[in-house]
Amino acid sequence: MTPGPIISIRGLEVGALSRHGMLRPLRGIDLDLPHAATTGLVGESGCGKSMTARALLNITPSPMRITAGSITLDDGKTPPVDLAALDPDGAPMRAIRGRRLAMIFQEPMTAFSPVHTIGNQIAEMLLIHEKLDKRAARERSIEMLDLVGMPNARQRFDAHPFNLSGGMRQRAMIAMALACKPEVLVADEPTTALDVTIQAQILELLQRLQQELGMTVLLITHDLGVVARTTSRVAVMYLGQVVEETTTESLFDNPKHPYTQGLLGSVPRLGSRRGRRERLPAMRGSVPPALAELPGCAFHPRCPKAVAGLCDVVKPRMAEVAPGHRARCLLYPEVLAASAALEAA
Amino acid sequence: MWGFILRRLVWMVPTLIVISIISFIIIQLPPGDYLSSYIARLEALGTTVDQATIDALRLRYGLDDPIWVQYFKWLGNIIFNGNFGYSFEWRLPVSQLIVERLPTTFLVATCSLLFAWSVALPIGIFSAVKQYSWGDYVFTVLGFLGLGIPNFMLALTFLYVSNRYFGLSIGGLFSPNYINAPWSLDKFIDLLSHLWIPVVIVGTAGTAGLIRITRANVLDELRKPYVETARAKGLHPMLLILKYPVRIALNPFVSSMGFILPGMISGEVIVSIVLNLPTTGPLLYAALLSQDTYLAGAFVLMLAVLTVIGVLISDILLAWLDPRIRLS
Repeated sequence: MTPGPIISIRGLEVGALSRHGMLRPLRGIDLDLPHAATTGLVGESGCGKSMTARALLNITPSPMRITAGSITLDDGKTPPVDLAALDPDGAPMRAIRGRRLAMIFQEPMTAFSPVHTIGNQIAEMLLIHEKLDKRAARERSIEMLDLVGMPNARQRFDAHPFNLSGGMRQRAMIAMALACKPEVLVADEPTTALDVTIQAQILELLQRLQQELGMTVLLITHDLGVVARTTSRVAVMYLGQVVEETTTESLFDNPKHPYTQGLLGSVPRLGSRRGRRERLPAMRGSVPPALAELPGCAFHPRCPKAVAGLCDVVKPRMAEVAPGHRARCLLYPEVLAASAALEAA
Repeated sequence: MWGFILRRLVWMVPTLIVISIISFIIIQLPPGDYLSSYIARLEALGTTVDQATIDALRLRYGLDDPIWVQYFKWLGNIIFNGNFGYSFEWRLPVSQLIVERLPTTFLVATCSLLFAWSVALPIGIFSAVKQYSWGDYVFTVLGFLGLGIPNFMLALTFLYVSNRYFGLSIGGLFSPNYINAPWSLDKFIDLLSHLWIPVVIVGTAGTAGLIRITRANVLDELRKPYVETARAKGLHPMLLILKYPVRIALNPFVSSMGFILPGMISGEVIVSIVLNLPTTGPLLYAALLSQDTYLAGAFVLMLAVLTVIGVLISDILLAWLDPRIRLS
């Protein structure tokens, strides 16, 4: 029997009341993270990828907070917990954060405190969650630095972030996130700030550790090449919603949602068969502001396949449009049926 | 770290030499000299001074020497004998005048500084963490009131209210019957009952500014990604704020501490005059008014030296707090 998803997010909404109205960066996320696999989360800037990651750890930046939905953490051994229902600053949430769910951030320079040694910041994880004494925490931290391939781990324990190169800092960040051997690792664009050769090394490291430790990874990126190389499942986000979710293979071979099709179409390719003077296809328009409240499908103003009278009226729901392939597009009868049922209800 | 301190100490030497030269030039700038004003005073009182005495005095004070010889005599006297010259307003050695007032000066300054910090830091941190909350607004209003009300006004109000309604004598640091009494427990209690007033008055002005600075610094740091990293670790929110943003927000704070030391000597002149405090502030003020050159000169030199020492101390503290400065 295959175990169920370790994380399942249902109808997750994050918002805040601002001077200009209700800001809603997440508008109902449904997402499952299968156990011990890497899931990719892709989308344009501002679509809510990073907010999803933060909501998962219940660290949405103030004044943003989770307003609806559930995030169930279920390892199949201990009773399931709904993270969305926990107080973000309360002890139960803090006991999970860092120990069972950990996160890697985009900018390894600014994500470390500049005035504390990296050793101090890694050992802190162990001091909080494992009640180790300082000496034991130090030894474990050095082991972690070794594990992520930090040369001279023992000396680097006392180094400050500004003493390390970008790649080394990101390794230290990974060592910190993995210090308590978390079940789920959220990596928010872990390679965006690094140069290309280092990117490859860090991705390999993440893949190796994911397999060795049997971790569940949510990899957030806007780089489709990274998704193709490292993930087994992918969710595509648009404007605070997941619009397509399937296996990586199925997504690249047979994208269902017009948005995904547009994304894949706008990736430049080497040696394109249509000659060199061809223009790179780009998607029309840009992501509408988070305040905009559109009737119908959120993507219809930019969609080349939009049907007037349908897409600008009916709000689509997620539905299975092919085996193991879910999408949120009214052009598929399954989606239309599910959405019409919702409208009627 | 020790190399850093040593380098800074070595650099202090030329700075201090330049400062002493400038101080000397400043005290020599007014026309005439110590002796000519002294003779003028004696003659104004009807005393005639014969030429032999004048010549003897001129020789004794070396007033006919070239200016650079006088400079070295002045500096030599200060360095080797601790002799800053003679105040003709007070007819006492300058060093004695200043030393007499230093303990009370540092007592009032240190207490008001500690008062200001212990009030301002927690409030500043609170205001930053709970930005735009009711508490933040209340403290902001109080802070601006504290900044806006002149200290002497506050001092006068205190004097009036405590005398009119409580019948207390709050001028000075001691009740009249204790001023010349030897130290005892009663005198100490009497001191405490007087000390809190200048401490609170001088402290409030500093507090208001410090709250604003702390609030702004902590707010800047709260938005930094490392705070989010620390949150993602599951750190207790209170510990998190103290360990990361507050720690880093202290840096600009510490770097401005260099100016506290000279401020202790020259600061709060008006409050000290209003409250009749035996501190150095009023002495400096009087010396400047009456052109008491050596007294004023000693102050100019002392303030400059204290600034240099204060900056050195804050640099050392900063290097100790921030490895980016210490190690790069």
